[in-house]
Amino acid sequence: MNNFNSWLFWPDQVALSVLALFFLLTIFLYAARTPAHNVILALCNLVAHALRFTARWLLHTAEGLRQRNKSVLLAHGQDEVTSQVEREFERVTALVRKELGEYPALQRKVMDELTRIEEDYQKCGEVPPPSPEWVQALSAIANLKSGGEFSKKLLEDLHKSVQKVHDKTIAEYRRTYEGRHKILKNLMPVWRSVDKSVKNIDANMVNLNGNAKAIDVHMARYEEIRAKTDKSEHTLAISAFVQLGISSLVMLIAVGGAFINFKLIALPMSEMVGASDYLTNSLRTSDVAALVIVLMEASMGLFLLESLRITHLFPTMSSMNDQMRKRVMWAALILLLILASIESSLALMRDMLIADKAAMLHDLATVQPVVSDSLLTNIPMVGQMVMGFVLPFVLAFVAIPLEAVVYSLRTVAGVVIVMLMRALSFALRFTAMIFSRLGRILLGIYDITIVLPLMVERWVIGLRGFAPPAKPGKLTSGSAS
Amino acid sequence: MKPFKYLLLACLLLPFTLAGCADNRAHTQGVYLLIDTSGTYAEQVTKARKIINFLLANLNAGDSLAVAKVESKSFSEKDIIAKVTFDRRPSQANLEKRAFNKKIEAFANNVKGSAFTDITGGLIQAAEYLNEANPGYKTIIIFSDMQEELGKGTVRDFPIKLDGIRVMAVNVTKLNTDNLDPRRYLDRLAWWEKRVREAGATEWAVINDLEHLDKVVAPQ
Repeated sequence: MNNFNSWLFWPDQVALSVLALFFLLTIFLYAARTPAHNVILALCNLVAHALRFTARWLLHTAEGLRQRNKSVLLAHGQDEVTSQVEREFERVTALVRKELGEYPALQRKVMDELTRIEEDYQKCGEVPPPSPEWVQALSAIANLKSGGEFSKKLLEDLHKSVQKVHDKTIAEYRRTYEGRHKILKNLMPVWRSVDKSVKNIDANMVNLNGNAKAIDVHMARYEEIRAKTDKSEHTLAISAFVQLGISSLVMLIAVGGAFINFKLIALPMSEMVGASDYLTNSLRTSDVAALVIVLMEASMGLFLLESLRITHLFPTMSSMNDQMRKRVMWAALILLLILASIESSLALMRDMLIADKAAMLHDLATVQPVVSDSLLTNIPMVGQMVMGFVLPFVLAFVAIPLEAVVYSLRTVAGVVIVMLMRALSFALRFTAMIFSRLGRILLGIYDITIVLPLMVERWVIGLRGFAPPAKPGKLTSGSAS
Repeated sequence: MKPFKYLLLACLLLPFTLAGCADNRAHTQGVYLLIDTSGTYAEQVTKARKIINFLLANLNAGDSLAVAKVESKSFSEKDIIAKVTFDRRPSQANLEKRAFNKKIEAFANNVKGSAFTDITGGLIQAAEYLNEANPGYKTIIIFSDMQEELGKGTVRDFPIKLDGIRVMAVNVTKLNTDNLDPRRYLDRLAWWEKRVREAGATEWAVINDLEHLDKVVAPQ
């Protein structure tokens, strides 16, 4: 209140003092109108220009970043498709080498079998029974006019001979047929073999056809990537987002596994490094030691998968010669086995420590509980040991989603940053537009406060017949577009 | 290759460097339990065992525990029944807890009542022990009716020092006179609180329900 009174010319006459103040202020504002307008416009212009400049810079940088992201994304996609095409060609090569590499032998086999079938078929041809030439002889004899007894006897002899020959021929005929049946029976496996060979060839051809189609699809993608089309960029970006989502989910599960792993060995580690030792004020040494073991297991798993060329996080390891790579693989596997064994032992120790503490608490209790030594009490212990041994190997496979996260995160982060920069640029441009308009609004507000002198000025000018004074300078770049 | 070697060396030395930064004692607890064995209160020793069992169950490796009796003149190491600083390894600490419990059991079976109650002497002795052990959290538990009775020639009317120590009065039973005039009981507790706080104690609490002993162990 005292502060307010100090502004009053006549503290006992507040209204008069306020009026006097208002009058003085109006005079001052009217006198300072032109410079004040200039300052307001200059300030608003300054802010608007600065914001617009920043927005332009952000947009330009975002575009540069987008181009760089696109290059990286396309290069990565190209590598990926190349490896897929290579893999398909490897499959085709393996198929051709394994199945069709033996094609000449197979063809020879099929041809041999076909020749045999043909020969057998020829053999199976029906041999007609010998022509009955004796029928002519019989007719000639029958036509003899003076035969009598002689011809009768002759005919009877002939009949006997013919009967004998007929029986012999029939027997021969049947024997031949039997032989043909045997040949046909023996032909069955050959037929089956030929059928199987032909079906195999057919299946291989279908596989080859499938591989060829897959290669075509990959090649089409490859061409799109090479052409640097927006579609291919969009597809690769979406693929990166999906990859990141799936890999993050798997990583989350792996983190859960690592946490269980950590819990299994944290307590027994306190037996080794001491339960009351702290690295920092809130970090127990035993916890850190357990965490280090878990991380070492994950690292060994990473090296193992890297040396098996399942992942490609370390170029040094990928470029190693096969002998060295195998050495690294064995070293990683052995270390992983050792760590798994240690963890299994620690899990056993954990169970023993818990049992010991429980026994101690039972000793302290006034009522002794019934001690159970059943199989059920051993199940958790065995379970912990098995988990302790298995979890390191399970954790080893984290390397696969980790690689996917590493590669896809770069793309996703790039896309998100570009989007953020564009959004920020838009916000800045919008703010710049508001500031450029704000200058005019502030000028209007300023003039409202000195409306009375302005009215007087206009009245005086009107009386004298002067032209109205020029309006203060406009915003040099009033639009925010 | 050289930078790699240095990096490896730095990684190996990092735990030791960090270990040097931390004060391991700051996380340990030291508890000194004073058991009043004067007059009829000696009969309450069974309840005291309950507190000791609670402490043994809840104190961790590296913590310190001492149990002493309050007698006619308690400012003496002879009154300490058992004391231990548990090993850093949990399994060894469990063994030490068992041994400690056996000592307490032997004491409980042969407890004898004393004529006077020198609580102040016990407090001074407890503060001395705790300051020597220097754990992160120092607690004195007084298992007594808090009725101090000093023998002839025993001087305790001087300021004591309990800086940074929490003091808990447990199982403060009401005397017959307290029942006649409860103000005596309340005044007695208020007097002790004033005396303990003036001595620099960080906390004063009275726990009569032994089911709520959680406050006895300092929050980590």
